[in-house]
Amino acid sequence: MSAALAIEALSHRYGERLALDQISLTVEAGQCCILLGPNGAGKSTLFGLLSRLLAVKSGRITVFGQPLQAAALSRVGVVFQQSTLDLDLSVEQNLSYFGALHGMHGKALAQRIGEELERLDLAARRRDRVRDLNGGHRRRVEIARALLHRPALLLLDEPTVGLDLPSRQFLIGHLHRLVRDEGLALLWATHLIDEIDAQHDHVALLHRGRLLASGAVAPLLGASGCDNLASWFDLRTGAVS
Amino acid sequence: MKTKWIVLWAIIVRELRRFLQQRSRFFGALVRPLIWLMVFAAGFRAALGIAITPPYETYITYDVYIVPGLVGMVQLFNGMQNSLSMVYDREMGSMRVLLTCPEPLPFLLFARLFAGMCVSLVQVYAFLLIARLSGVDLPWSGFASVLPALVLTGLMLGAAGMVLSSQVRQIENFAGVMNFVVFPVFFLSSALYPLWKMQEASEWVYQLCRFNPFTDAVEMIRFALYGQWQVEAANHTVLATAVCLTLALLGYRPRQRA
Repeated sequence: MSAALAIEALSHRYGERLALDQISLTVEAGQCCILLGPNGAGKSTLFGLLSRLLAVKSGRITVFGQPLQAAALSRVGVVFQQSTLDLDLSVEQNLSYFGALHGMHGKALAQRIGEELERLDLAARRRDRVRDLNGGHRRRVEIARALLHRPALLLLDEPTVGLDLPSRQFLIGHLHRLVRDEGLALLWATHLIDEIDAQHDHVALLHRGRLLASGAVAPLLGASGCDNLASWFDLRTGAVS
Repeated sequence: MKTKWIVLWAIIVRELRRFLQQRSRFFGALVRPLIWLMVFAAGFRAALGIAITPPYETYITYDVYIVPGLVGMVQLFNGMQNSLSMVYDREMGSMRVLLTCPEPLPFLLFARLFAGMCVSLVQVYAFLLIARLSGVDLPWSGFASVLPALVLTGLMLGAAGMVLSSQVRQIENFAGVMNFVVFPVFFLSSALYPLWKMQEASEWVYQLCRFNPFTDAVEMIRFALYGQWQVEAANHTVLATAVCLTLALLGYRPRQRA
């Protein structure tokens, strides 16, 4: 079976500056791949390319074996780093707009909205304006929205930035449950190491546009002689020599 | 095909909801042309007589003359407002949501343009109704016959705004661009004075007005209000819409920088 996401020899330039250099990475169904990297590592460029906001000039991206074209996006959900909700519309209106963009309508759409809001503990806020929600709840709405069309691959660009601890823990738990229980493939960019489930998650380390390492946590730590991810991260990115 | 209708409808509903929820925008869209109508036209009514020229079959007062131009102004400002909201959407990220949905980009941009045009129709009809009720001599039948013209002109002015939004990278730059676009486009047209009056005053101003697509838009609306279809103006409007839409599509292609 094809990988949920396969990135092959992907490079990207902004003029003279090389932002991504020959990145190759695969994420399988039911796998949570945490994309680590300090600021400026190229994570946002990679997400721009994965969500087709930037044009792929060199290399290849496939989703379940299909080239990344408009049609392939029907199997992909994206949560951007920056909030992309309509603040003046209600939670439900935001979700139904998004669902309709993916061809959903009528009772089926209303039912999906109900299910996702229920799972994210937002059912009571259904008719509230997004402007009236706190940051944590807004993030939950975005995750509910990204899952509405039942994508098999979810791309998350630092979804927990700026959230308080309980909101972060809620989202981390929920996302890991989706991977475990529903076989969702997840590519999750973050620089917060405590978001990683060291037992199950895979890690990919991006630094200055290059993929320095990728794989399950234990072998990566074993090979480098580190006993935890934080010191491994520092060692590999040169924060500690 | 059914999916495309669902997507189009969703985009129209979103734009109408956003417009109706931003009450100050609705208010502003109405007050601007009404001030022109009630204040500017009232002053000029005494000073300026309009000779009998088609589509008018009798002498008309200046307020009757200026209404099509003000309808064009409503759509021009709406086109700019729509493009401002696209720049805003891009900065706020909601444009990303639209562009990452599994429909082709040209269709999505056309749907956004069409939705903006629908919003302009709400504004235009509210303005026409207030103008008619406040005594401007407009035929009631014109409310229906003007609709096809309004669809075309709304699409053209929206597409022009879309070209701007594809080129302006930051909201901060937008106000300046609007000043350099909206006022010349409005004043260098037949919105306020007939073209022959312009020609009497200055040949080069007249030529600028003649080649301004906004003049075609205003004249098409003027004739359509009296049940007449200006084929030449309509052709020019369709052509200008096609050119603007093509430029907007080129501007919105995935590019080096999101």
